[in-house]
Amino acid sequence: MIEVRELTKQYRDTVAVRDLSFEVPPGVVTGFLGPNGSGKSTTMRMIMGLDRPDHGSVAINGRAYHDLAHPLREVGALLEAKAIHPGRSAYHHIQYLAETNGISRHRVDEVLDMVGLGDVARRRVGKFSLGMGQRLGIAAALLGDPGVLLFDEPINGLDPEGILWVRNLLKGLAAEGRSVFVSSHLMSEMALTADRLVVIGRGALISEGTVDDFIAETAGTFVRVRGPRLADITGVLEREGANVVAEGDDALAVHGLDAAAIGELAAAARLVLHELSPQTASLEEAFMSLTRDSVEYHGRTTDVPVPTAK
Amino acid sequence: MTTLTIPPTHTSSATAGRSHLLRAEWTKLRTVRSTWWTLFAMAVVTLGVAAIAGATVSHNWHTFNVIQRATFDPTGITLKGLLFSQLIIGVLGVLVMSAEYGTGTIRSTLAATPRRARVLGAKAALVGALALVAGEVLSFGAFLLGQGLLRHPAPHALLSQPGVLRAVVGGGVVIGLLGLLALGIAAIIRHSAGAITTYVGLLLVVPIILQTLPSSFSQPILKFMPFHISDVMTSVVTAGQGSSLSPWAGAGVLALYAAVALGVGGYLLVRRDA
Ligand SMILES: Nc1ncnc2c1ncn2[C@@H]1O[C@H](COP(=O)(O)OP(=O)(O)OP(=O)(O)O)[C@@H](O)[C@H]1O
Ligand SMILES: [Mg+2]
Repeated sequence: MIEVRELTKQYRDTVAVRDLSFEVPPGVVTGFLGPNGSGKSTTMRMIMGLDRPDHGSVAINGRAYHDLAHPLREVGALLEAKAIHPGRSAYHHIQYLAETNGISRHRVDEVLDMVGLGDVARRRVGKFSLGMGQRLGIAAALLGDPGVLLFDEPINGLDPEGILWVRNLLKGLAAEGRSVFVSSHLMSEMALTADRLVVIGRGALISEGTVDDFIAETAGTFVRVRGPRLADITGVLEREGANVVAEGDDALAVHGLDAAAIGELAAAARLVLHELSPQTASLEEAFMSLTRDSVEYHGRTTDVPVPTAK
Repeated sequence: MTTLTIPPTHTSSATAGRSHLLRAEWTKLRTVRSTWWTLFAMAVVTLGVAAIAGATVSHNWHTFNVIQRATFDPTGITLKGLLFSQLIIGVLGVLVMSAEYGTGTIRSTLAATPRRARVLGAKAALVGALALVAGEVLSFGAFLLGQGLLRHPAPHALLSQPGVLRAVVGGGVVIGLLGLLALGIAAIIRHSAGAITTYVGLLLVVPIILQTLPSSFSQPILKFMPFHISDVMTSVVTAGQGSSLSPWAGAGVLALYAAVALGVGGYLLVRRDA
């Protein structure tokens, strides 16, 4: 069980995390979702006692991280892939971690076998692929057989087989009664893995609850519109308060008006429509619409970037 | 939130036992090649200089004038190679800390041991012990090798002569204390290149700058410079009293430097984000 209370963290001129509170209960996978730069990694570092919050606190099984006598036996984390000395062997990396928390040698071999690195454990980590590094990080997280587990983007760099493996691992860990907290910026991945979701944008909480609730609340419908004069149609619909997003060159996604209203408005303006079809947004789209206003780094596709005065 | 209350039942026999921070830090220290390379480099230069010094002095003794012969220090000359080892041990001491930041291992380390001062304490105990042992082995090795090569009529020293044992032991002590100073500097600066530059700057560059200043200003400061102190500590024939600290006072000053660097480094380690 992780309880995050009113966490705030500021780096020089960026507020990375803002008054963030949520819980990671045992027995389920809690997905931690947010666009790039929204503060997921920062939050995880604060949970692990690595970064000091400016305000707020974190309790792990009711206690502060700093007060855990053998933290690895209670919390395991994969924070960054390959944050390991490249000259040291996988075995020695896990061995020293085991020694810090009084964990047996037997367990070192066990977790290395568990993640499929048993045969290469004596090789230097510098020679590992990204996926092998990720597996080694997972071995380190599992080492102390902890009841609380954190994974920051664990599927980064994994092939499809590896992704499936991680997905099943996370579900299996939760099914054993552990609290599993996993970050991603891919809603589709979370839909397959997580039972609960904590969604943040610009460091602040946007939504917390079960994945099913999230879908019911946010995966609203929109209407796809095609026609020869899309620009004019856009103008008409926006005047009526609709939120219109271009879908490629020849279609519009219209939020906030139903198909009947759109059809009537188009008819009144004497605009021809080639398609008028209600759609259900995918989870990915729901997530994007939810976090659109809080995305830190928008990719520009059409506009020429305007130099900003500082 | 949900009302799942499955108790975490993960108390396998795999996770029973006491933590051994020193053993863990030793595992880290011995499982990277840089540790052994730096020790190997120290052995090569320290013993190499001793061998060259012993052989060339024996060969050139007949060219020495009266004053040179009178002030000749067979102990000090064979320990000169330790000056290089003092630089190299700095690399070892720095890397023990800075390599963790460079590779990101520090996050694993501090997550495993959130009592950060203990982490630095364990590192200091190991670096101090390893540097002291390596320093003593090399100091005695260089002394014995050098004396063995000093041929009549050049005089050679015996450990039983006054001041000789003190100088040879002192050579190892200097290495041990400078290893700790380097570790402390790395805990403050955290980057390998920056910390090594700072360490070398303190040992080599500061004295050079001081020497360009008026001697009335630089003279009282020079005797506190690590190289100057180590020179006194590894010599039997000491220069004029006022311009140098006594060997053991010098050791105390070096210990103070190391303690200050480790103290500041430890404070920052506890305060700063990892
Ligand atoms: N150590 C740091 N110093 C300064 N700024 C930081 C630091 N760490 C994070 N930030 C800033 O804080 C914000 C949140 O970063 P963070 O890495 O937590 O986001 P994230 O959600 O993990 O993003 P991503 O999905 O790209 O991994 C960003 O604006 C980032 O630039
Ligand atoms: Mg991140």
